[in-house]
Amino acid sequence: MKLIELLDVSKVYGRGGAETRALDGIDLAIDAGEFVAVMGTSGSGKSTCMNILGCLDKPTHGRYLFRGVDVSKLDRDERALLRRRHLGFIFQSFNLLARTSALENVELPLVYRGLRKAERRRLALAQLDAVGLSDRVHHTPAELSGGQQQRVAIARALVTSPSIIFADEPTGNLDSRNSQEILTLLSGLHRERGITIVMVTHEPELAALADRVVVFRDGRIVSESNEPEPSGGGGSSRSAGPSGESGQPGESGHSRLSGSWGPGSELRGGGAR
Amino acid sequence: MMAWIAMVIALKEIRRNKLRSFLTGLGIVIGVSAVIVMVHLGKGASRNVTEEIASLGKNLLILSPGTRRRGPGGTRSDARDFDDGDVSAVEREFEDVIMAPLVVRPVTAVYANANVSTTAIGTTSKYLDIRDWAVSRGRGFAAHEVAAGSRVCILGQTVVDELFQGEGLLDVSFRIDRLSCRVIGVLEAKGQSAMGSDQDDIILMPLRTMQRRLAGNTDVSQIMVSVSEERSLAAVSERLRALFRERRNIARGAADDFEVRDMKEIAAMVEKSTSTLTALLGAIAAVSMLVGGIGIMNIMLVAVTERTREIGIRLALGARGREVLLQFLIEAGVLSTLGGLVGVLLGVGGSLLLTMKMTLPFVFVPEIVAVSFLFSAVVGIVFGFLPARRASMLDPIEALRHE
Repeated sequence: MKLIELLDVSKVYGRGGAETRALDGIDLAIDAGEFVAVMGTSGSGKSTCMNILGCLDKPTHGRYLFRGVDVSKLDRDERALLRRRHLGFIFQSFNLLARTSALENVELPLVYRGLRKAERRRLALAQLDAVGLSDRVHHTPAELSGGQQQRVAIARALVTSPSIIFADEPTGNLDSRNSQEILTLLSGLHRERGITIVMVTHEPELAALADRVVVFRDGRIVSESNEPEPSGGGGSSRSAGPSGESGQPGESGHSRLSGSWGPGSELRGGGAR
Repeated sequence: MMAWIAMVIALKEIRRNKLRSFLTGLGIVIGVSAVIVMVHLGKGASRNVTEEIASLGKNLLILSPGTRRRGPGGTRSDARDFDDGDVSAVEREFEDVIMAPLVVRPVTAVYANANVSTTAIGTTSKYLDIRDWAVSRGRGFAAHEVAAGSRVCILGQTVVDELFQGEGLLDVSFRIDRLSCRVIGVLEAKGQSAMGSDQDDIILMPLRTMQRRLAGNTDVSQIMVSVSEERSLAAVSERLRALFRERRNIARGAADDFEVRDMKEIAAMVEKSTSTLTALLGAIAAVSMLVGGIGIMNIMLVAVTERTREIGIRLALGARGREVLLQFLIEAGVLSTLGGLVGVLLGVGGSLLLTMKMTLPFVFVPEIVAVSFLFSAVVGIVFGFLPARRASMLDPIEALRHE
């Protein structure tokens, strides 16, 4: 099942002579349960593409179908609601709130969901436990190592059971040991919980963990390859299993979220389709 | 729901950054407390003045010769004084008023080594009734003493303190200018008058004693007339004026060469001018509240820049512009309201303390407390709007990139 579909998407900055074409007629489809790595040099258009996929920006031309619904025409607030209900983000620089405990950071997206305090606490603690930080819940980012901070960020991205997680160079600011930790965590989540992940990375060995690698150059996708995982052919064949079934956790998460979906209610129809 | 979310977040943010919150609210604290203190001090002063004017006596008319002219030489009178005939005329004309003739004269009082310049007043025992003034030790004048012009006197507290320095003084004789005089009583302390003079710096003696033994004539320098509550002061004042124009042969159309002062009118006038002053002080203090509001705007604007990354994170996690707007508005509103609350406490406390220190009566003005408190909340929301709007308009991508 296609979770995300970009159809002939372009993004143009500036006008007339100063026009820059950051994305030039991209077509890209991501299935539910897929783990996609995005590569490309800076200026290749991969960040622009990620911003559009993450509904932080909208395309100049083309259509963006999210669960079959065109979300490219949504306004600012509707995109915010879409992010709130369906998307999770992991950033290179962690982007945790300073002077705020790990627990409260993880609770933050739930606050915008309007959950009660006890419920927020329960979900956040469960998620912190899942990333192995149950003994660090009251530490602030300044009191945590880089790897721990990124794990808090992952817990924050996961706590809303999003349909998809966008990870923008999640290990870019970490040393190799912590990087390994984070990657193990992400690929484990993908494998065990069937979570859809789109990850930007510069390092081929990280990209190799993904089901698929998408390479950008000059605003176009120059290669899409379904390389078999170097870790073993078995992984590849198994990944088809969870991704097929991943409709289950993804779907259940979605139906729970869509209950509170306001302006973009057509999206619910899309999801059910 | 949205407001609740924004409220939860705003309160968290306020607690997270206590110093910034304190500084944001500080301007409002100062503004509100300044307004409250100013208005309460003004009201206290105004009450004080009117109370003191009332302490001169209720429903009092004061007749004095000449129209008083204030010049470099002080207050001068160029018309002739009243005399005993005028006093009897008033007594005949009005049967239902209490009146007291007064002769006022600067004197030097001498006792042992002490030597004090003060004011002697020759009058009758009615004077103390009119002024509602009690004798704290000894007694007032007896009727025969007034009639005979005996050499007895009653001292004000200041004179007692300066002349006798705490010694026993009843029935002791001392000298007033050339006159030897026996102390029969001490007046209760009255304190400063509305005009700032010491009302206790005074020696009272019978009118006759003053006229015969000190002044050497039968002039009377003032006549006080106290009118009972139910009678119109204005009517009595008008009749007195007619009487004295006739007695002093003033031609039709010519100006009076005497004055009938109505203490009620003076009290009203003074009260009006002090309340104008209070309003002025309050207005000046209100400006400081405005400055407090601008302070809020200032710090919130800086905070929005400083917190750009935080706003970006919130937007990325799905906060809508209006939720960010509301969060910042509520932060500003809560801080200014808290500031207002602290300002009210400080203001009322400060007013109590200052009025006590300045020996002014404390007159609680609930309206000004309510108004300045409400205004503080409004100030926060009004001045918080611009920064909040700026925060809500941020582009999430730009905001996340912000260092």
